[in-house]
Amino acid sequence: MSQVLIRSGRLFDPSTGLDEPSDVLIKEGYVTAIGSNLDEDGAEIVEAAGCIVTPGLIDLHAHLREPGFEQKGTIQTETEAALQGGFTTVCAMPNTDPTPDNAPAVEGLLKRIAQDAQVRVFPVGSTTVGRSGKKLSALSELADTGCVAVTDDGSPVASSSLMRNALNLAGSVGMVVAEHCDEPGLSGNGTMHEGAISELLGLAGQPDAAETASIARNIELCELTGGRLHIMHVTTARGVEQVQRAKERGLPITSEVTPSHLFLTDEAVAGGDLTPAYNTSAKINPPLRTEEDRLALLAGVNAGVIDAIATDHAPHAPEEKQCEFDLAPFGISCAETALATVTTLVARGELHLAPALRSLTQGPAEVFALQRHVPGIGTLKIGAPGDVTVFDPEEIWTVNPSQFASKGHNTPLAGIELQGRVRAVIVEGTVKHMREAPDA
Amino acid sequence: MSPVELQQGQEVARTIRRLAHEIVESNDGADNLVLVGLLTRGAPLAARLAAAIETFEGNLPPVGQLDVGLYRDDLAHRDPPPPIRPSDIPGTLDGSTVVLVDDVLFTGRTIRAAMDAIMDFGRPARVRLAVMVDRGHRELPIRPDFVGRNIPTASSQTIDVRLTETDGEDGIYLMEGAEQHGEH
Amino acid sequence: MVSIKPANSAGTEVGQPQGAPEPPTTVWALKDLLDTNTLSMKDLELVFETTDTMVEVRERPVGRVATLRGTTVVTLFYENSTRTRASFEIAAKALGADVINLAAATSSVGKGESLVDTVRTIEAVGADILVIRHPGSGAATLAARHTNASVINGGDGAHAHPTQALLDLYTMRQHVGDLEHRKVVIVGDVLHSRVARSNLWALRKAGAQVTLCGPSTLLPRSLESLPVHEGAGTCRVTSNLGEALEEADIVMALRIQRERQEQGLLPSLREYIRNYQITEERLGNANPNALVMHPGPMNEGVEISPEVAHGLRSVVREQVANGVAVRMAILFLMATARRR
Repeated sequence: MSQVLIRSGRLFDPSTGLDEPSDVLIKEGYVTAIGSNLDEDGAEIVEAAGCIVTPGLIDLHAHLREPGFEQKGTIQTETEAALQGGFTTVCAMPNTDPTPDNAPAVEGLLKRIAQDAQVRVFPVGSTTVGRSGKKLSALSELADTGCVAVTDDGSPVASSSLMRNALNLAGSVGMVVAEHCDEPGLSGNGTMHEGAISELLGLAGQPDAAETASIARNIELCELTGGRLHIMHVTTARGVEQVQRAKERGLPITSEVTPSHLFLTDEAVAGGDLTPAYNTSAKINPPLRTEEDRLALLAGVNAGVIDAIATDHAPHAPEEKQCEFDLAPFGISCAETALATVTTLVARGELHLAPALRSLTQGPAEVFALQRHVPGIGTLKIGAPGDVTVFDPEEIWTVNPSQFASKGHNTPLAGIELQGRVRAVIVEGTVKHMREAPDA
Repeated sequence: MSPVELQQGQEVARTIRRLAHEIVESNDGADNLVLVGLLTRGAPLAARLAAAIETFEGNLPPVGQLDVGLYRDDLAHRDPPPPIRPSDIPGTLDGSTVVLVDDVLFTGRTIRAAMDAIMDFGRPARVRLAVMVDRGHRELPIRPDFVGRNIPTASSQTIDVRLTETDGEDGIYLMEGAEQHGEH
Repeated sequence: MVSIKPANSAGTEVGQPQGAPEPPTTVWALKDLLDTNTLSMKDLELVFETTDTMVEVRERPVGRVATLRGTTVVTLFYENSTRTRASFEIAAKALGADVINLAAATSSVGKGESLVDTVRTIEAVGADILVIRHPGSGAATLAARHTNASVINGGDGAHAHPTQALLDLYTMRQHVGDLEHRKVVIVGDVLHSRVARSNLWALRKAGAQVTLCGPSTLLPRSLESLPVHEGAGTCRVTSNLGEALEEADIVMALRIQRERQEQGLLPSLREYIRNYQITEERLGNANPNALVMHPGPMNEGVEISPEVAHGLRSVVREQVANGVAVRMAILFLMATARRR
């Protein structure tokens, strides 16, 4: 059977704290040996000298667009993008058509995934039917069909009573409710962060309070119900503080940040030397915030308050973003730049390597309790699945969206130099992606 | 090469007085006469001519100034483009004898533009042209009525008419190189 | 004349041939006019000097010239605006340009064509200059990015309305001369006002002290602390009208949109009138010769009392007249820059 030997890399497993030069041997889909100078006849060799070898990266938050929005992306193209970005597992968001709000819809989705996915894909169901916020989805049915969580992502569950019931019912079947925290009455028709830049550009803004008022409500409901709550894409300094306090009180709360919010601020909308003003590629919901917020998010990751770095990869067809700022859809295509933005932040000293990698591996595995589905996922212990990501933390490259595997070229990073690049990705014991080292 | 002086001080003043006499003579007096100087150097010249006429006719003919920038055919070719300035034409020109006044007559294109421009201010009975220097090289069928001096030049040369009002001295100079300013 | 201050000039300085009496002149070097913040003080002066000539041209028996013969100006309006469109059209025709007016309702825009496609089509049919008015902030910027035609922003959302600001400054200069240290108060719905923003940048560049005043729900607070170039005028943001008007040289009232009431940003128009209407009584605080301006169209009896709107201090009509001359100047500078 297939064997892969990853040689001479720096093994970094946040789940065990292991950080040393080591080879990794994968046989028949599982990690079977870790140590120096491993040798195995007939094994496919992945040379990892100078590279970091980590458990395969897990993305809790990706929009694969299929079914329903294939002009933006398909399961094939967007999981290929995830693969090239170093992810071996993605959790697919439910804002598709049909919405995965019942078992048959999820089964249909799983069929497509089995056919086309290039990495492991876990479906995430919708909290409410059709994500309309009116009536709860069949939550236990979704859990039984394989959904690892539910969310109405893109929209919040505006009704507090519905959210309360969702946390109660999902909690009783051990499923997380992931929430896009937003108070619609405050965010209104805002298209970016409300602040100096929105006032300068004359764009309607979303105030911080739109996020923090909603986080506060959801924390209260979490406390009221005891159901597990995952706060998606925290973007505000105050939001990080709220999550930290809730965790200190022992509430079953987890949270994520996106690489975009760790790397960029609302100034990206105003444009710069490389990017145009009113840059629709920097239009994202929740919006890019201020430098103060960005620093708080980085501190949150470093301190472990934030459990996961999740991409919120949101591809759009080029013509959909090439329009007036107000009319452009929200979202950034970032599966292929996520790890590199994180490693760039590590290189700058803004993020620490251990918590950063933990937030891309073991952290997200625990948030959606993925070990219940794949034991050992997110680690490189003996017996763990053969999901491994190998990246060169030194390589400097320039983002060129026209080379993306994703259908979405909507990135505010076009032309920007990043440090750190994926070299090889092994999924379920198979080398699925390999990129030669550039000439020295 | 340094400028060659062709005329200075009193000589320039004498030439202006002669032109003033010629203008009045051809107009049978100063009635209905309007002197319109082309910006920049034609304007002080027109004022001088008017003052000279006043000395022997007793009254000062109206003086205007005209900017032809908006009527040029070569805006695209001039770098930097000349600034455009407001014109100032006294009263109506209907039925009057307008004498266009400029320092140097060269290709004739400025005068062509000036004739277009002046028609937008009314319908003069006659339009005449007075220049301090005619240096030849016409590109259009235009001929001056009153000429201070005819100075044959090479196209590489330029004529510089200096007036006390704009340059602090009266004088006419011949120079090598440099662009004929104002495009004449 | 406005005094010259160091600024990053979009234009370039060019020396005159030796012996010429003119001072160094500024050449218009911008492909597009999207806002006033890209204009240097020298650019502003070039616009105002050129406008002086256009004012004179308009006063001639034949108030038009043929300078821009062969230039095609297209106005593309996604918002209703009789005055701005008419002003551009009159200006273009007064310079001899061909003018084509496209309204969102009558062009293929109504059929769902994207702005970018529309702009490319307009370029393909031979437009040299495109004047665009659009409800979305940044729309003119987007259009400019996708066409080689020169784009003039005729007002985009709450972002910018540069020609309005230029005509406002020109009108102010006619009355008070140098704007340095002059106190200009802009009153009303500043948050949603492109006129206020474009005026702010240009006024600060000219060294004026600007106060933005209105109900706290309609004020962009952070504009107060924006960094600007050295020597620029100040910007203050306040809700206190009485204080704002003290010793004001120029008071500009902005139009109040009734929808602000529906959005809950104003309790009622009555409440607005009570606190912010520009009245003779309130102008008592201002400089006795203070000018009153309004970008129009006015809601008389709402943001401005009829007495003030038609009073001796009001220069609203002059603003409209100067609008044509300023737009002629902009069209002339842009068209001749394109031909070079």
